[in-house]
This record gives sequence, C-alpha cells and structure tokens, in this order.
Amino acid sequence: MLPFTAAAHNQGPGRTLVSLERRHLVVVAMTGWLACARQVAAAPLPDDLAAAIAAFADGMPVREGRVSLDIAELVDNGNTVPVSVAVDSPMTEADHVTAISLFNERNPQREVAHFVLGPSAGLARVSTRMRLATTQRVVALARMRDGSCWSRTVEVIVTLAACVESEL
Amino acid sequence: MPAQPRRGDVIEIRAMIAHPMETGYRAGSDGQLLAHDLIRWFNCSLDSGNGKELVFSAQLFPAIAANPYLAFHLRANKEGTLHFSWEGDHSFRHTETAPLRVV
Repeated sequence: MLPFTAAAHNQGPGRTLVSLERRHLVVVAMTGWLACARQVAAAPLPDDLAAAIAAFADGMPVREGRVSLDIAELVDNGNTVPVSVAVDSPMTEADHVTAISLFNERNPQREVAHFVLGPSAGLARVSTRMRLATTQRVVALARMRDGSCWSRTVEVIVTLAACVESEL
Repeated sequence: MPAQPRRGDVIEIRAMIAHPMETGYRAGSDGQLLAHDLIRWFNCSLDSGNGKELVFSAQLFPAIAANPYLAFHLRANKEGTLHFSWEGDHSFRHTETAPLRVV
C-alpha cells in the first residue's frame, strides 16, 4: 500500500503531517515546472537556427516586434499545422515588406519557407500549413524595404509529431 | 480569390495543390527511407498586358505540409491574368491561370 494512503487513515497529528507533505510536494513540483518553463523561454536559440536567422538578416540586427505569428500553442497533429505571419507595415512603395521567412527549432531542417512579396501585396500577411516534428519554437522573420529585420518567436507544444510515422 | 473585387481592394489569393511533399526523412513499409519528392518553388505573377509582374513567390522546404497551401494578398489595381506555377523534384511543374477582373 502507498505510504500516503496508509497515513491518511491515521487520526490526529499524523494526518496533518501528510497533508503538509502533500502540499509541500505540490509546491515543489510547481516551482520546478515554473523554473523549467522560464528556462525554455529564455534559452538561447540553437546554433544552426541562429545561423539561419543571421543569414536571413544579412548583417542587420534582428529586433523583436512588428511581426505577429499566429499558430496554435498546443498542436494535436504535427503533420499539418496552420500558420499565419502578419507584419505591421503600410505596404507602400517607400515602406513595405520584401521578405518573410519561417524557421523552426527541431525539425530535421531549420527552414520552413521563404516568401517574397512587394508593395503590390497591399497587406503583408501570408498563411500556410507546416509540419512540426516535436515540441519546439517557431520563428517568423520579416525584412523591410530599408533592410531592417523583425522577428517573432512562438513556442508550440506538439502531441502527435510529424515525420516519425511510417508509410501506411 | 474573390470573383470581382473593386479597384484598389486588397484581395486574398489562396492556392493549394495536391502533392505528397515527401520529406526524405520518413521510412517506408520496407524500413528504408522514402526518397524526397518536394515542391520547391511557387510563383504567382500578374500579366496585365505589358509583361509579367511578380505578385508573390515562395521557396518551400520539407517542413511544409503535404498538399501545400499558400494564402497571400494583392491590391487589385490592375486587371489581367494571374499566372501560378509550382516547381519541384523530378521535373515537377504545374501551372494555372486565373483572370483578375476589377470593377
């Protein structure tokens, strides 16, 4: 029999002790989880992903912002995941988005897609469906007419992965 | 895409093609890796009478799901013909056209 169950039958101080221990355990577990989550969010990007981003930026600094990346936070099926990238831009001749790229952290290849667009688009928003091999971060990057680069990173949890299953 | 947008409207164009997008990372029933078979390039341009003008292009990688779906936008300033093309492994090439009429 489990020690918890055995102790729970006791009356008086023994029972109080068990409750405290349980609560303590929960607190410890939650603290651990929170610490973990924070570490993931703050973890530096792997070298190959950082290199792919640097290649896209072509020497320009990459700043957070102006890009929104719309993808489910919890994905049941990694084989086809709708993803949409929108960039805050007036899309005029003088100021428009010239390229949007999508990268991933843990698929076999870092690149997902490169898109080229121009001022005739009128709206800098691109949607597609991607594969996710496992829980990982997805990075969207946009390059503006002036060469500046903007990014947005989103963490996605995948329960059924793409790529691993065999042919049916 | 919308049938008849007004001049100056921003329209959404959605393109999808039936294709397995075999990644080359997946094992077949015999345990051997299946050879990759991918669409690598998509291109959409508008021919409004005086040459083609790029609307949107995409380079696709194995991380794009099977039956590649792409949605993008165009400000409907000019009438013409939209040309869509998909190119990939094993000399795969497919083209489509769609008229763009504005009112």
